Amino acid sequence: MAERYSSFTPGGTSWLLQRITAAFLIVVLAFHFFLLHFVHHADEVSFLMSAGRMETWSYYSLMVLFLITATFHGVNGVYNALINQGLSGTKRTAVKWTLIAASVLLIAQGIRTANAWAGIGIY
Amino acid sequence: MSQSYNRGLIEDFGRWREFSAGMWAWIFHKFTGWVLVGYLFTHIAVLSTAIPAAGAEEAVLTAGEDVYTQTIVTLEDLLLVRILEVGLLAVAVFHILNGTRLLLVDLGIGLESQDKSFYASLILTGAITVASVPTFIAGAF
Repeated sequence: MAERYSSFTPGGTSWLLQRITAAFLIVVLAFHFFLLHFVHHADEVSFLMSAGRMETWSYYSLMVLFLITATFHGVNGVYNALINQGLSGTKRTAVKWTLIAASVLLIAQGIRTANAWAGIGIY
Repeated sequence: MSQSYNRGLIEDFGRWREFSAGMWAWIFHKFTGWVLVGYLFTHIAVLSTAIPAAGAEEAVLTAGEDVYTQTIVTLEDLLLVRILEVGLLAVAVFHILNGTRLLLVDLGIGLESQDKSFYASLILTGAITVASVPTFIAGAF
């Protein structure tokens, strides 16, 4: 089984960034699931408990970094999968900027939410 | 060493009998990736109810009657949501395990046993998902 199956061109910048964000996300996504489903439980969620976690700067920073890397990893994956399936020309440019706009909106909305929990005035 | 290989379109599922383990790994990784990125947008949309909730009175927050707490509690009361969460866990665990496998392969580790490590990812995903069901369903009944 020596064939290589991937949507990415090996050695490229987006390939490298996808791997770097993957290494970070493997750890943080596992931590996120473990903390919010096994340490705390889904039926115990409340605004005050979520706020209590987000008021800790280390947790807030980790979650914002998690949001940014997850958004990049997901959107970069989608974009490269579409290119791999033949997306090109004007459609490729349109998809690229749509994905960038969606990413910016998602990250902004995520940070607003984190700020609302952390008690940071800007949200 | 990897080599150029004409995969054809994976969306042509009529060819599925010809797919090798590596092809299935790639299809599953793509599928789980699409699910996870779709979920990320939904997740932030639901969590955004914390923004209006932040303006609620202290007594409302303490009583858990704010829009965020009520939204989460209502969703978590639905058995369908709990089942979907188990599905999300399965998708995330597979993507993590298969992604780790891909990182190792890119580093040149385990090149000759990629099919075995893919099967191991599948089995481990199944085991972790089944073992997590009691925790994910707790309080739903």
